[in-house]
Amino acid sequence: MLFLDHIWIIPLLPAVGAAIMFFFGRRLQKATVNAVCVGAVVLAFLMACGAVVQYTSWADANHHQPYQKILYTWLGSDTGHLTYATHDGSANFQADAGFLLDPLSSIWLLFVTGVGMLIHIYSTGYMAHEGGYYRFFGYLNLFMFSMLTLILANNYALMFVGWEGVGLCSYLLIGFYFQRKSASDAANKAFIVNRIGDAGFLLGMFFIAWYMGSLRYTDVIAAAHSGRFAIGDPFITAATLLLFVGACGKSAQLPLYIWLPDAMEGPTPVSALIHAATMVTAGVYMVARSNALFVLAPTSMKTVAIIGALTAIFAASIGLVQNDIKRVLAYSTVSQLGYMFLALGVGAFAAGVFHVFTHAFFKALLFLGAGSVIHAMSGEQDMRNMGALSEKIPITYRTMFIATLAIAGIPPFAGFFSKDEILWQTWISEGGAYRILWFIGYLTALMTAFYMFRLIYLTFYSKPRMSHEVEHHVHESPKSMTMPLVVLALCSVFAGFLGWPHSLGGSDRFAKFLDPVFARGEAQVLVEEGKGQQLAAGEKEEESTSPIEYALMGLSVAAALAGWFAASRFYRDADKGYVEPLAASAPPVYTTLVNKYYVDEGYDYVFTGRRKLGDVRLGVLGLGEASAWVDTNVIDGAVNAAGWMTRLTARISGWWDKWIIDGIGVNGPAILARMLSYPARLFEFGLVQWYALVMTAGLVGLVFYYVYH
Amino acid sequence: MHGLLDISTLHYLVLGAALFLLGVIGVLTRRNVVIVLMSIELILNAVNLNLVAFSRYWQGMSGPHGGPMALHGQVFAILVITDAAAEAAVGLGILIAFFRNKETVNVDEVNLLKW
Repeated sequence: MLFLDHIWIIPLLPAVGAAIMFFFGRRLQKATVNAVCVGAVVLAFLMACGAVVQYTSWADANHHQPYQKILYTWLGSDTGHLTYATHDGSANFQADAGFLLDPLSSIWLLFVTGVGMLIHIYSTGYMAHEGGYYRFFGYLNLFMFSMLTLILANNYALMFVGWEGVGLCSYLLIGFYFQRKSASDAANKAFIVNRIGDAGFLLGMFFIAWYMGSLRYTDVIAAAHSGRFAIGDPFITAATLLLFVGACGKSAQLPLYIWLPDAMEGPTPVSALIHAATMVTAGVYMVARSNALFVLAPTSMKTVAIIGALTAIFAASIGLVQNDIKRVLAYSTVSQLGYMFLALGVGAFAAGVFHVFTHAFFKALLFLGAGSVIHAMSGEQDMRNMGALSEKIPITYRTMFIATLAIAGIPPFAGFFSKDEILWQTWISEGGAYRILWFIGYLTALMTAFYMFRLIYLTFYSKPRMSHEVEHHVHESPKSMTMPLVVLALCSVFAGFLGWPHSLGGSDRFAKFLDPVFARGEAQVLVEEGKGQQLAAGEKEEESTSPIEYALMGLSVAAALAGWFAASRFYRDADKGYVEPLAASAPPVYTTLVNKYYVDEGYDYVFTGRRKLGDVRLGVLGLGEASAWVDTNVIDGAVNAAGWMTRLTARISGWWDKWIIDGIGVNGPAILARMLSYPARLFEFGLVQWYALVMTAGLVGLVFYYVYH
Repeated sequence: MHGLLDISTLHYLVLGAALFLLGVIGVLTRRNVVIVLMSIELILNAVNLNLVAFSRYWQGMSGPHGGPMALHGQVFAILVITDAAAEAAVGLGILIAFFRNKETVNVDEVNLLKW
């Protein structure tokens, strides 16, 4: 079990790469930087493949348990010194620097290292002419290290380390062109909004530690499966809701999605890696990992599903009218993440993970392709200035087209299987409200197809709308950039086959692979979903295929084709100065969407500075300023007051010591002695005979005393 | 022998006390340093007289402390004489230092330690 035993090397390799960049990067040649950083990730990918292969054979021999490798005890001690009082007893707190490999983390491990490897290779081409080459790769490697730590951790605390690390790297990479104010603002926004989510994550972690006595996944899952906790337990509901707040921050759900569109200020490979394929899936990973807890809290599951669905349609609607090619893809990411959370929320964990898996490929491909387009267009990102590029950059065009087919949900490409599974699971969940959620998901699918094909038509078809010099410069990207596109396109085509559903005659190996992770405990009884009974008995998600499933599948495909057709009608022949159909038919709707529902302005109004809306000058609710005032005056005031009290006490103590203790206690007897000595001195004449006389008198006195006593 | 003119130990002791008293008065009263030193010698010799008188008394007694070998007082008297001699030497040394400093031999003129 070579790779399994040394699984800790997988995160270590990019960490070493980042360290080398940190210390020596400036002096290294580009080729050395490539060798070190890209090589680190390639090696990590190979090791990951080896580890997963070995895990599958190990798991068969070991009851499909997760494989754990503990390096050392990081927090806590083996001697029981960190015992604390839990909700119903006491526990010994221990969080190890440990790594866990099970089917869930295997999937993440493979696509994170795989897509990461491809993006690293792509970046060697994309960033070839940019400054700060070594810095970029150092940050990318640091990100890989953090993400791998997050995935492979065996407890929430170590996962949080990785969680924070990816947030940090996101900040560093979004603000890579830090000389641009918009970029550094976007980086700040990303990190701050992430931090808000992190607060929720931390509180959730504290709840879990207190309520269940441990932060290790195995302990928590065992406790959840043991039947000790009733369904709808308030503390578990609170904990899972707080964890979901963290997931909202990291995975850009309502209301904390605002950082993701602005994060497009970073270089395109960053957008592809972090904000499409890997970091934003960390929230999904965390919720999937905690599925045992979420199942115990139906309220949380409903919240997750509702927020997921709302986010999906909200972001999709904004993406319909955006003009920056990367913005469209950013909102598309937010929308697809909404799908993933919808899946998790209705209990279809395997479907959600499958969508993460397929989405990673086609979204990374879309972003890298967009980067290739931008590269070809000499930096132009606005689709209004593109057009007719399909002949000039054929490889980019074809791969992006494949990705668009995948994301729109057209069979047999990857997106169809995952998205359809999610919609099907939503439909058959028990409760009428889920039909509404299905409908929201359905509309979103329609919109997704529409805006993605809009992107294709505006960019690659229609009439050329760019200036002549740019038109002359259009050229296909170098091999280092096109090769990853081709690989990802192949994955987008074939990855879906892993989850070929039973209803169409497949074996759904993906879901079967994930069974040990999402299996329910014996003592649990599920409340709501109609498939609950089946799941409690450990059966597969859907045994008999009803005709409704085929009908819904047909509807999904119809929606995708309808979106394609509509986009084609409106944008195929777009010429210079084309008019958006929505702007022509419903201008107020168009304005709202183009301004992203004014959400950023709304946040500004509530929390920060003054906003002008057109010519109207709004006031400021200024919650941010109020909080800052409280922090500066009340909290810092309390700290200062404590300091002032200390000084006052010190001065009183000093006065007491100087005047009372020293003055009366120490000097008092001395003064008394001196006062008494004044009269006593008068007896000193300095005459020897006087002294002799006094001595004699004393002697006589003694004699008398002894004789007459 | 108990007549008035019989000399007994008591007579010696009284003489010794008288000499002692004269010596003490001399030390306390006289102004000249040399006379003071002489008075000190007188005190010491009075003590010697006392010691020898007692020694003679015990030599006339019988018993464990008495007998012809009860010479303790006389031996001590010799020691005292030696001591007196040494003391006289030291005293004269002090006197000379005394004189060199103050040009006077009057005791009551050396009162530098007066407050």
